[in-house]
Formats: sequence, structure tokens, C-alpha cells
Amino acid sequence: MSSRKLKSNNLKHSECLSQVQRILRERFCHQSLHSNLFGVQVQYKHLIELLKRTAIYGESNSVLIIGPRGSGKTMLINHALKELMEVEEVSENVLQVHLNGLLQINDNIALKEITRQLNLENVVGDKVFGSFAENLSFLLEALKKGDRTSSCPVIFILDEFDLFAHHKNQTLLYNLFDISQSAQTPVAVVGLTCRLYLKIFKEQLSLPAEFPDKLFAEKWNENVQCLSEDRSVREVLQKHFNVSKNLRSLHMLLMLALNRVTSSHPFMTAADLMEANQLCSMDSKANIVHGLSVLEICLIIAMKHLNDIYEEEPFNFQMVYNEFQKFVQRKAHSVYNFEKPVVMKAFEHLQQLELIRPMERTSVNAQREYQLMKLLLDSTQIMNALQKYPNCPTDVRQWATSSLSWL
Amino acid sequence: MAHLENLVLCRESQVSTLQSLFGERHHFSFPSIFIYGHTASGKTYVTQTLLKTLELPHVFVNCVECFTLRLLLEQILNKLNHLSSSEDACPTHITCETFNDFVRLFKQVTKAESLKDQTVYIVLDKAEYLRDMEANLLPGFLRLQELTDRNVTVILLSEIVWEKFRPNTGCFEPFVLYFPDYSIGNLQKILSHDHPPEYSADFYAAYINILLGVFYTVCRDLKELRHLAVLNFPKYCEPVVKGEASERDTRKLWRNVEPHLKKAMQTVYLREISSSQWEKIQKDDTDPGQLKGLSAYTHVELPYYSKFILIAAYLASYNPARTDKRFFLKHHGKIKKTNFLKKHEKTSNHLLGPKPFPLDRLLAILYSIVDSRVAATANIFSQCLRCWVSDLQRPHGAPCSAECFLSCRRTFLPTAFLELPLITSLVTLQLLTLVGHDDQLDGPKYKCTVSLDFIRAIARTVNFDIIKYLYDFL
Repeated sequence: MSSRKLKSNNLKHSECLSQVQRILRERFCHQSLHSNLFGVQVQYKHLIELLKRTAIYGESNSVLIIGPRGSGKTMLINHALKELMEVEEVSENVLQVHLNGLLQINDNIALKEITRQLNLENVVGDKVFGSFAENLSFLLEALKKGDRTSSCPVIFILDEFDLFAHHKNQTLLYNLFDISQSAQTPVAVVGLTCRLYLKIFKEQLSLPAEFPDKLFAEKWNENVQCLSEDRSVREVLQKHFNVSKNLRSLHMLLMLALNRVTSSHPFMTAADLMEANQLCSMDSKANIVHGLSVLEICLIIAMKHLNDIYEEEPFNFQMVYNEFQKFVQRKAHSVYNFEKPVVMKAFEHLQQLELIRPMERTSVNAQREYQLMKLLLDSTQIMNALQKYPNCPTDVRQWATSSLSWL
Repeated sequence: MAHLENLVLCRESQVSTLQSLFGERHHFSFPSIFIYGHTASGKTYVTQTLLKTLELPHVFVNCVECFTLRLLLEQILNKLNHLSSSEDACPTHITCETFNDFVRLFKQVTKAESLKDQTVYIVLDKAEYLRDMEANLLPGFLRLQELTDRNVTVILLSEIVWEKFRPNTGCFEPFVLYFPDYSIGNLQKILSHDHPPEYSADFYAAYINILLGVFYTVCRDLKELRHLAVLNFPKYCEPVVKGEASERDTRKLWRNVEPHLKKAMQTVYLREISSSQWEKIQKDDTDPGQLKGLSAYTHVELPYYSKFILIAAYLASYNPARTDKRFFLKHHGKIKKTNFLKKHEKTSNHLLGPKPFPLDRLLAILYSIVDSRVAATANIFSQCLRCWVSDLQRPHGAPCSAECFLSCRRTFLPTAFLELPLITSLVTLQLLTLVGHDDQLDGPKYKCTVSLDFIRAIARTVNFDIIKYLYDFL
């Protein structure tokens, strides 16, 4: 009997890990509502007070939540709504309308969306309204049902609020705030817009108490505790915090580390986190330069010399080709003596990769060789990339460090 | 996953990273993944192969093909609909005009049985074109998981780095994955993989070595190299086929094919001639030195007078106006050398490009060079107006002598009566361009858009030493 109990209590190792992956992935990738609120408790209390006043006492309010990206605004409002809906008298009464500036890009679409979310399409039918305000007040009137003396409170949540402010005449915003000022319908308008680290790290990585395999969960959480005390891990987190303080980038780092957790490697190690940090902080332009051909590298070096001599003035292909020829004509370098069209093709490839950019849009009549361009890499980036460039010919490397011809 | 390794060479670590990112079918994955790397580094191929082999529900869309919002969104929805419907049912075409409708319809389509509880992948290839579409499209796609509240992951494939995509007000940052370029060893391995069965792998590998030796410093694009390898292999095998050399005689084979490859770099690589033309040349065994590419100078046959107009235009474009007196007047007197000489190498006009010039200046230079250079006996000018009017017995169209032509020109026809149609035809051939608006008050301005090599070839055909008249070559 005891063996049966053992079997039922201990899941198989891989199933266990699958569960771990599922829980942590939901936490990092999908904004699940189980996570705690960090550092916004005061704001949370304030918000929920406000919403309760609208829902229960019929008071109209408006709130604007401002914060940088990834600081937890959406999470905050979702938490607040969840708690609000748990109150008995609220859940039957209150209606929610969720709008997003990325989706409803003008007021007509916004109005249709509001109609849809309030389930009033049938009521509106084929009516034609004179203005936005008429339409909106009709919708809110229609919410008065039967013996209700007052209409239902509606909570409007406007995500990416700044995009709504760019609409023509800002009709939607004016009308919503207007209604919230007048006493017709209790309306709360909540706008969201963007303009303790170690503890968070531990909490984010720990498994919840309801995890089926208690033994494994304990081992995992102990491992997390060890990690948070490891000096190299602290360094990694400090570096990461210095670059970006928001929760989302921490999630990305943890996700990268989580990828290395498999059946053969069940517990996260400090090495995983360090490698994840390296992947996060790669210089992408240096990676692109790594894959260029030798001819293209020579062109970039020629452009670097032009920038040094003429102090960042724009150049054209003819000037770059001239500079390159100066290098080629030294006796030992005739192996780089390619035809001009071949060099032009390499130059155009650099343009396609957006490492160089024309100063103005290409006109049909202009010759491509004389179009002025700008280099979008700076000197240090080029020198660093050259260090890592595989099998870089020595003469090219020497030319990069100095353009003087006596070398 | 052994057969996956056979399908996808030299990309093991990227495949394993992607696999671990995807996780199990029902797991949530990162809402958006951004994969960047050079062209032909396997991004599209690896993603497609992996999704097909693992049989994950996915939609693959190319942003060059679907260049408007409507095309893009409708294609995604309709492909998803196909995925979710059963084999015999024919799904109706979905229309979608805005991103708002897309989110709503997406939620509906993914309610289907076959798509529930698994991650749906939307792959957008050539994602750099998304930046030029509506402004809300890119941030919307990055957040699609949140906006639709479904298990969906958007994968963006591009050649351009992520920093150039980020909108000014920020957006949801995707997971950025880099596909490194192939090393020379990897390239050799991949190229040797498609050797034709008639020859041994070593023989083909030696050929690939030679090919990379010629082209690697110029180009690392796998697609181009494969194309060149296929095109030039018959030439490499020629000595073996003819019996002049054995398969192992690498030195002889190299000597045979290397000049051929160098010629290929100047023609087929630059798309100056088409691949079928190249293959024909190889079969007919003609000397590739006779090849005439698209940019060759000899296929443009201009009339004699037009050549002079073009030369005069080139001189007008590349010589500063103040130097005209020195070059084109017979007795220019003393001109101070100090003002005259170039001060700075950079201001060489050949580096900066052609400058516009008015019609009058062109004509002045033209008359000056024609006057001094043309042979008196050349009967190539067309009938001049005076002779035709006064000498009615003269057959219409018979050419005049050069002297008669020039004297008539100056006395009777001060306007550019003859030259304008020739100039216009040069503009049509795009050897000259009209600068500014068509009907300017002070006459049209032109610019000469031919290269130095071109004009030297033209000048040689009329025995004109153009270098002597160019300011930059003093």
C-alpha cells in the first residue's frame, strides 16, 4: 500500500520538469495573474478604492496610470479588476470595456468596438447617428434595463492611451471624460501609458506551493536560494539591472536560462545565467560585420579612413573606391584588385544591410556612384569587430590601424 | 531528431535553441521571437523545416509578397482557417480590413478543436518591410499573445538588426536570436553536399575549394556560391570528359578552370549576362574574352555629331566654368596659375559627380571642339539650311562639307535648331539628364551621366584626346 502511495505522490522526473517548464513559462511569457505586485501596493490600494466607488456608489472617476514600459501597469489594472469582480454586488452590475490604442486606431473603430463589447449590436441595429456624442450617449442609455433607476456603471480601460490622444479631434477622449463629468452614467476611465531586484529574482524563479511533486519543489527552491547567494549571479543581476530596470527584461534573461533546463540538467546553475546574460548583451551590429566578406570589410575600412580625415562628412562610392585603390596599388596588395562593378556590388550589399545609408532618398536620375552616404558604424565598433573577424588578412588589419602609405 | 540533422547542416545549436524555446506543444512560449542574420544563413529554411518536422501548427507569410495591411492579415487568417478546418470542408474566405478586426477574427479562428491547447506560430519573413506599413502593425504583432489572450508566438525573420526596428515610443521587446554566418569550413561542407552522383565526393570537394579560393574574398552568400558552382562545374569536368586529364590531376584542372571563374566574376556574378548565355558559351567553347555584357560600351552606336555633343557635355559637367577660357579659347592669354590649380584633392570633380550646365555653355564648348577637331573633308553633316534654300537644284538630303555647315551654323541659325533633337535623344538614352523643371525661365540645364571609361571609349572613336581637356587631369 505504501509503495502505491509513493508512486502516486512522486511524478516521473520528466513529467515533473514539464510541469516546472509550464509554470515558469506562464509566469515569464504569459502575464498570469498569480504573480505578486512589487512596489506598487500604495497605487494598488488607491486604484481599487476608486474603482469600488464607481462600481458600488455610482461615482464617476478618471485615472491615468503612467509608467515606463514593463513596469507593471497592465498587471496592476488586471489585478484590481479581478479583485473587484469578486465582490458580490459588483460582478452583476458592472460592465467593462477594454480598448487598446494599437487596435482602435480611429474613433469609428473605437465606437464599433465599444458597441460590440457592451453587447449592444442588436440594439443599435441600423440606426444612423449625427455625432459621436449622440451615439455614445445612446449606448449608455440602452444600459438602463427594466426597473433599474440608474444605469449600470461602466469601466473603460484605455491601453496605450497616448495613441488615443493622437486621434482626430480626440473625439473619443473628450466624450468619455465629458460623460464622466456629467451625472448620467457612472463611468470610470482608466488610461494606461508609458512615459528590490534580488528579491524579485527569487520570487520569480520559485515554484508555487501547490506544485504536485513536493520533494522536487523543495529541491528546486533550495537551488534558487543558493543561486541568489552566489557572487557571480549577483554580478550578472547587477549588470542587468544597470542596463534596464524593468521586469520584462528580467523575464527574458530567466527565459534564456530556463531553456537550458532539460532532463539531463534539471537544476539551473550560475553558468546558465552567465551565458544567458552574454546572449542578452550581444552587439548585433558586430555580429553582422562578422559575416561580411573581405572586400566588404575593406570598403568599411576605407570609409572609416574617410571619416577620420574629413571628419564625418558624407561620402559617395567614388570616394570610397578611390581610397580603396590607394590601398590596392601598394605592391603587395594586388590580390585585391577587383573590377569596379564587383566593388560596386559589394557596396550595394552594405547598403542593403543598412550599415550605410543614403543622405536623401534615391532619385531615378542620380547616378548611384555619386550618391552621398553616411556610415552607421563608429570607429570603436569597427576596430572591435575586426578583432573578432575570422581569418582577417594581416595587411587588411594593418591598413585599418593606419592609412599612411609608408607602412 | 537524427533526420533533422541531415536536413539542416551546420545549424545544430540554432536548432536546439529554437526547439527549447518552443518547448512542448501546450507550453507558452515567448510572445515574439526576432531572428536576424545575413542573407542565406538559413533563417527561413531552418524555421520552416523545424516547424514542419515537429508538425507544429504554423502560418508562414512573406512580407514582400503581402505588402499591404489587408493582404498580410487576410493571408494569415485564411491559412489558419485551412489549418483548423477538416480535409473535406472548404473554408470560406475571410476578409479583414483593420488590425482590430484581425484580433477579433483571430480569437474566433483559434477556438477550433485542432488549434486549441497548442502554441500557434506565425512566421513573418522579410520582416523589415513591416516598418514601412501602418505604424501599429509591428507593435501589435509583438504583443499578439497579450492582445488576443491566446497561446500564439510571432516569429520575425530579417536581415536587419533589431535596433533599427524599435519604434520611437518603445514596444514589447522580442526575444532576439542571432543566426551566425557560415564559416569557410561550413560553406565547403554545405556546397560539397550537392555533388552530382556521377563524380566522386573528393573530386567535387576539390572543385569547391578552387571556387571558394576565387570567390570567398568577394562574396559569402551561400545562394550565389551555389549558383556559381552549378554553372561552372561542366567547365571544370571538361578535361576529364575529353580525356585530357584524370580526376586526380588537380593542377591541370585548376589551370583550366581558374581564368574561367575569374571571367565569371566579371559577368555572371554581376548579372551582366544571363546564366543561359553563360552556359551556351561554355558549350560552344567560345573564348569568354569576347563577351559583351549589358554595360559594355560598344553596343551604343551614336551618330558622329552626337558623339561630339556628348563629349562637350562631359567637359561641361566636369570642368568648372571658370576654366573654359583656358581650354576652349584659341588665344586665352595669361591665366594666373595660383588661382587655377586645385587646392584640395577631395574637390576633384570626378569624386563629387557631374555638375549641371546650361545649354548655352554646352553649345559654346561644342562649337569650339568641333571647330578645331573635325576634318574639313568629312561629309558627314546633314544638309544645311542655307544651301538647301538657295540652291534648289541641289538634291535634298545631300550632305554639305564641314566648313559650309559651320559657317551656316553661325550666321543663319544662332539657335540650337539642329542640336536640340540630338540632345533630347541623348536624354532619352539616359546619357544626359535634364536637371530641374522642364520649362525653366533661363533655359534648360543638363548633366552628363556617363562614366570616364565610357567617354574615353567614345572619344577614341572620333580621335579626340579628352584627357587633355579635363581639368582634373592637368
